[in-house]
Amino acid sequence: MSATLHSPQDRGGPAQPLLLLNGLKKHFPIRGGVFGATVATVRAVDGVSFAVRKGETLGIVGESGCGKSTTARLLMRLMDPDAGEMVFDGEGVGQASQTGGIPLKDYRRQVQMVFQDSYASLNPRLPIEDSIAFAPKVHGVPGPEARQRARELLAAVGLSPSQFARRYPHELSGGQRQRVNIARALALQPRLVLLDEPVSALDKSVEAQVLNLLMDLKEKFGLTYVFISHDLNVVQYISDRVLVMYLGQVAEQGPVDAIYERPAHPYTQALLASRPSMDPTRRRTEPPLTGDPPNPINPPSGCRFRTRCPFAEAVCAERAPIAADLGGGHEAACHMAAPGSGHSKAGRLAA
Amino acid sequence: MSEVLERPVVSSTSASPLITMRDVHVRFVTRDRTVHAVNGVDLDLAAGEVLCILGESGSGKSVTMRALMKLLPRTAKVSGRIEVAGRDVTAMSGGELQDFRGSDVAMIFQEPMTALDPVFTIGRQIAETVQRHERLSRAAAMARALELLELVQIPSAKRRLEAYPHELSGGLRQRAMIAVALACKPKLLLADEPTTALDATVQIQVLLLLRKLQEQLGMGVVFVTHDLGVAGEIADRVAVMYAGRVVEEGPVGALMKEPLHPYPRGLLGATVHGGMRGQRLTTIPGAPPSLETLPVGCPFAPRCTEAEEACIAGDIAPRHPVPDRMARCLHVAAR
Repeated sequence: MSATLHSPQDRGGPAQPLLLLNGLKKHFPIRGGVFGATVATVRAVDGVSFAVRKGETLGIVGESGCGKSTTARLLMRLMDPDAGEMVFDGEGVGQASQTGGIPLKDYRRQVQMVFQDSYASLNPRLPIEDSIAFAPKVHGVPGPEARQRARELLAAVGLSPSQFARRYPHELSGGQRQRVNIARALALQPRLVLLDEPVSALDKSVEAQVLNLLMDLKEKFGLTYVFISHDLNVVQYISDRVLVMYLGQVAEQGPVDAIYERPAHPYTQALLASRPSMDPTRRRTEPPLTGDPPNPINPPSGCRFRTRCPFAEAVCAERAPIAADLGGGHEAACHMAAPGSGHSKAGRLAA
Repeated sequence: MSEVLERPVVSSTSASPLITMRDVHVRFVTRDRTVHAVNGVDLDLAAGEVLCILGESGSGKSVTMRALMKLLPRTAKVSGRIEVAGRDVTAMSGGELQDFRGSDVAMIFQEPMTALDPVFTIGRQIAETVQRHERLSRAAAMARALELLELVQIPSAKRRLEAYPHELSGGLRQRAMIAVALACKPKLLLADEPTTALDATVQIQVLLLLRKLQEQLGMGVVFVTHDLGVAGEIADRVAVMYAGRVVEEGPVGALMKEPLHPYPRGLLGATVHGGMRGQRLTTIPGAPPSLETLPVGCPFAPRCTEAEEACIAGDIAPRHPVPDRMARCLHVAAR
């Protein structure tokens, strides 16, 4: 492949998480009044900690306003977190390499992103081949070589280079454009690819094609994925581990089978029960939850889910739950899952 | 809520069907090109029935629905017979259409923020519809608006009458739009992907509400969606559209269990649901045809694994292997 763009090396070994987030926070001030004083704060991401292991697909699910997309932008460092640290393969992100860190430019080369809107994320004035070759050129790869590599990538995502290389984004269908976006994300030979709702805007038959492609590419290039989606079925299909977010915090995380078969957090249970049944003879009669997710400007005290939770008790308003370990990497931030929390159902659930 | 719920017992249940569409074609003609959006659609809807039109983007599902209300732009050339509640929609004048829309037929949309007027309160918008169609005083219309907000289960309805659309959450806005649509007790409700933009936990609430209201008010509903799961939750019958044609139609249970036509079969296989982990997804190769030229024969033939020469030789007549099921496919046994 390329001489100038060497393939990044694994440094920490297979057991070292590829990316570690610790207590990440991002608050957006809302300014108002005559002098533009801060009148309120949107707590978009409020103390999120998780790890992405090497070679896995981590699915992130949640409703609108839960902070999934802000988390993605923080992971990509498209914005800086207000607090918290990020460690990429043992090296602090954004710190000087002399102190054991990884500079942002190197970090971004190894972490790439695919967005939901396949049209808005491509430059309409560049042929797709040039869009794909753009980033390698920025990183010092000579032009002809970068274009050659772009054509190889187009072939890898199932678009014949001779037919498509010189086309512009508006000449492609939505599924084809999303393939181009995937090819562009792979152009820098990243280790971690962030997929923010990559198939949500696609039709079902095209969605299946793109999901198959993502699985193939992962195997071929040895990638690690963070897959953000609101579609629980797609997340179940593609993920190894799943993270459920609610109002800027992690409600539950664990292996995909544990989350889908033994959900411990009442929010996860409700979310799973909200899926249409696909079987007209077993229609739901009562909605699992009432109301909309609250506004992240003024999140409820204690547990943020308590306003919609059917099991809420006094303790839920007093203290925020701490993630309780349920074994096998399965954690739920709910008082009912933590023995001795003071919730009347706590003991029984933990046993 | 008494008044809204007390519907005069509809005597038409046994009489005329609510919708009759026969050989409906819609073409969009501009100077540069012609797009054949709908190519010969036949649909029937009985009173009190829920029909889902299922299809991918560009299949003509929304255009078919808009044709029912004559909501298409002037570039659209509509032909064929369209009757709603026994009246010929294609022949209606502007004034007749204004009376017809809102009272006999109402429509709800995917995006309530653009469907509702941002500068009027929710209560005012409901009352306006009521006053337009029924000669009621403003106070009586507002009272009706309050009843309707309670009907669509908006909490603290009295306070919400004074709310502007931007002050409501997505789920409440969608409920408010449903309240506007139901203001004059329409016989037919047209719903164009009303839950697509909603979160999972809110989507199921709105679906269940629509189903409950449909049963209470005895409305006929045409529900356009691309989501098989949503169709499974709400439909009595499903019509699957592809490239401007209905390729299969039948009761929801039978159709989702055992589709006859290869397109819905492929669609069902490509839809990710639980228990498919680790398996490779079956896909439908290729993409839907361009509708600038009218496809000859079966429009799905270029993507179909079972296609033979007869499929593209001429139009495929509908076949009925079982009395209430229809599929346009040569491989379905004709009866």
